[in-house]
Amino acid sequence: MTRRSAEAWVAAAFLGATATAVGFIAAYVVDASPQALGGLLGATCALLALGLVIWSHTLLPHGTYVEERSPVQPPEETQDALVDTMARGSGGTPALVRRTLVLAGLGLGAALVVPLRSLLLPSSEPPGEALRHSPWQPGARLMTRAGDLVRSEEVVPGTELTVFPEGELRADDATAVVIRLPDEDVRLLDEATAALAVGGIVAFSKLCTHAGCPVGLYEQTTRQLFCPCHQSVFDVLRGAEPTAGPAVRPLPQLPLGVDDAGYLVARGEFRGQVGPSFWRPA
Amino acid sequence: MITRWAVKRTDDRLGFSRTARSGLNKVFPDHWSFMIGEIALYSFLYLVLSGVFLSLFFDASTARTVYEGSYDAVRGSEVSAAFASTLELSYDVRMGLVVRQSHHWAALLFVGAILVHLCRIFFTGAFRRPRGINWAVGVTLLLLAIVNGFAGYSLPDDLLSGTGLRVANAVLLSIPVVGGWLSFLVFGGEFPAEAMIPRLYVVHILIVPALIAALITAHMVILIRQKHTHFPGPGRTDTNVVGSRLWPSYAVRSVGLLFFVVAAALTLGGLVQINPIWYWGPFEPGSATAPAQPDWYVGWLDGALRLMPPWEPVAFGYRLSSVFLPAVVLPGLTFLVLYLWPVLERLVTGDRRAHQVLQRPRERPGRVAVGVAALTFYGLLLTAFSLDIVSQYTGIAVFALVYFFRVTVLVLPLLTGAIAFVLARALRDSDAEGLLALTGSDLRRSLRRHREVPGEPSDAEDTERRPATETEHAATGPVGRDEEESEPVRVEAGPVP
Repeated sequence: MTRRSAEAWVAAAFLGATATAVGFIAAYVVDASPQALGGLLGATCALLALGLVIWSHTLLPHGTYVEERSPVQPPEETQDALVDTMARGSGGTPALVRRTLVLAGLGLGAALVVPLRSLLLPSSEPPGEALRHSPWQPGARLMTRAGDLVRSEEVVPGTELTVFPEGELRADDATAVVIRLPDEDVRLLDEATAALAVGGIVAFSKLCTHAGCPVGLYEQTTRQLFCPCHQSVFDVLRGAEPTAGPAVRPLPQLPLGVDDAGYLVARGEFRGQVGPSFWRPA
Repeated sequence: MITRWAVKRTDDRLGFSRTARSGLNKVFPDHWSFMIGEIALYSFLYLVLSGVFLSLFFDASTARTVYEGSYDAVRGSEVSAAFASTLELSYDVRMGLVVRQSHHWAALLFVGAILVHLCRIFFTGAFRRPRGINWAVGVTLLLLAIVNGFAGYSLPDDLLSGTGLRVANAVLLSIPVVGGWLSFLVFGGEFPAEAMIPRLYVVHILIVPALIAALITAHMVILIRQKHTHFPGPGRTDTNVVGSRLWPSYAVRSVGLLFFVVAAALTLGGLVQINPIWYWGPFEPGSATAPAQPDWYVGWLDGALRLMPPWEPVAFGYRLSSVFLPAVVLPGLTFLVLYLWPVLERLVTGDRRAHQVLQRPRERPGRVAVGVAALTFYGLLLTAFSLDIVSQYTGIAVFALVYFFRVTVLVLPLLTGAIAFVLARALRDSDAEGLLALTGSDLRRSLRRHREVPGEPSDAEDTERRPATETEHAATGPVGRDEEESEPVRVEAGPVP
């Protein structure tokens, strides 16, 4: 490329950048689409960049330059001198002073670490307590996300219904899925699962026992709950035991009952640890 | 005229002219691969600028509010202030959507450029003495970039990021002994806690960016002090740097690169949708998106979580979560090996000298094998994080895919590592310029000698991270020869890349 044509190319790129910049301002003023705004400002930058790169490659002094690399490492005496300077006066530090200084440093360090406890908000329970129980109480009525209480006959076969304890609609660890099994399946339930069910309705914690994702998908044909995060599968008929994927523990079951008014209620807490595993007695 | 006057006036007071002049004359090697790190630097610059813009509109709070903006499907719903303000800055703030999306794209570019830069440093041996410190600084920058990316896309309090935070909570909980406390202290209480979003915000816009800025500064200061490495070539030795001067040609080119990076982020931000939180919806207790996938730079961990067989051993009467191995031990080991790599390689090769001339990857077949095996391993984990989607498109059962990947992720790295080893050695011992120029006899010769070397990578049968450590021993075989070949004499005769 000759000098003149290079100049022309660079100038053309810069002119183009100016034009798209003006276009961008116009697009902004008329509140154009994000596509136009992003595209025009992006084009401005791209043309500017193009001009700069052509300029650098064609018009600016080129050629291979050699810079000598003086060794970074100074002579040993210089290093020794620095260490000696740093050690100035410390040779005579009495052992008592040195040791108590270390002690004071450790003390200060500990004093600065302990207030990390404040990171736990005053409104929150410590982990040992909070992780072990959810807001389900014996007799707590089941409530949907929309705030409706659930009658047992309203639970339709083949769907999963997400429920919370009444009035605790934002309690994540209390989330449960309620499923009505068809009559022919009720006989297939194992004994322990059937004991906590009521009239063919079972409820399990919705939090996957692997990484705590809500087990959002119920596959009716196989009676399995499926976790969308890491593909763990739980068999509803066998007490939500995991049958595939990385989960190890079954979804804890919620013991169900029906109160006098015909609403579904919990007969107590989940049977088992809700959500992901943590360090606790097995 | 004005420049001269201004320089004199300031220099009279500060006396910088000598330093500044030698700075302008600093020589940069002319090889494209030296500009990858600059892409990361410029992405960070753009991230800071666009992030400042976003922070003026974003409300990092989980307080419940009723969204009244112009996005119809959510209007009138009760959502968190974080979600509502993200919608507002996307739909009602002019230019807001472009900046938000370009911020996200620039973040992907940032982590990506760091990774490619890391590969360049790794395969060319640029981490060798005296650059071990800068290697450690760079690895820390990668770690911080990943952490900040995760913190950033968790901020809008949408359903996808909420699902990501759930998993992060499970990962913290899985840590033996302290897990429960760790999770509660980080989130401020039991997940999902109100303090979550404001805390992530402080981490995302203050703590981690400050650390990144400080470490980038350290990275550059050390670079200037030690000067660049350069590829072998005529006249390039351990006592000089060959290339362009900073001023003016390199500086102009580099500013050009800056604008290309910004252009890429803005164009992608304007034209290609990313993280449309209005499709995921707001975070709700007991809800998750399906499919649920994080950004790619944490995707390898999600892939590992999916492939982990169901296994929760009981140790000392306590249950160890199945999340611990893939999501805590695996990344821990990954970064440990990365940090220690210069030391590990020094142990194997015994090469303790300072190097200023880079190696071509082929000069160290063992290192190439380790690198390729590691890239295969993490690439497969990254693929595994979308197995459910692969299953949707191909119709193959997702569990069949999981079993297949559980085996593949352990076996394939050994295979690719071994192939890379053979190819690198064939390249080294032949006159071939590139892979395509290799002849059959080159390969046969490489394979024959391959059998004579004890402990070659294909014999390595250990699992998980082992392919990496196992294959590196393969480098012990041809070490003596490598040593000679990396002498400046051999290097000067080498081809100019």
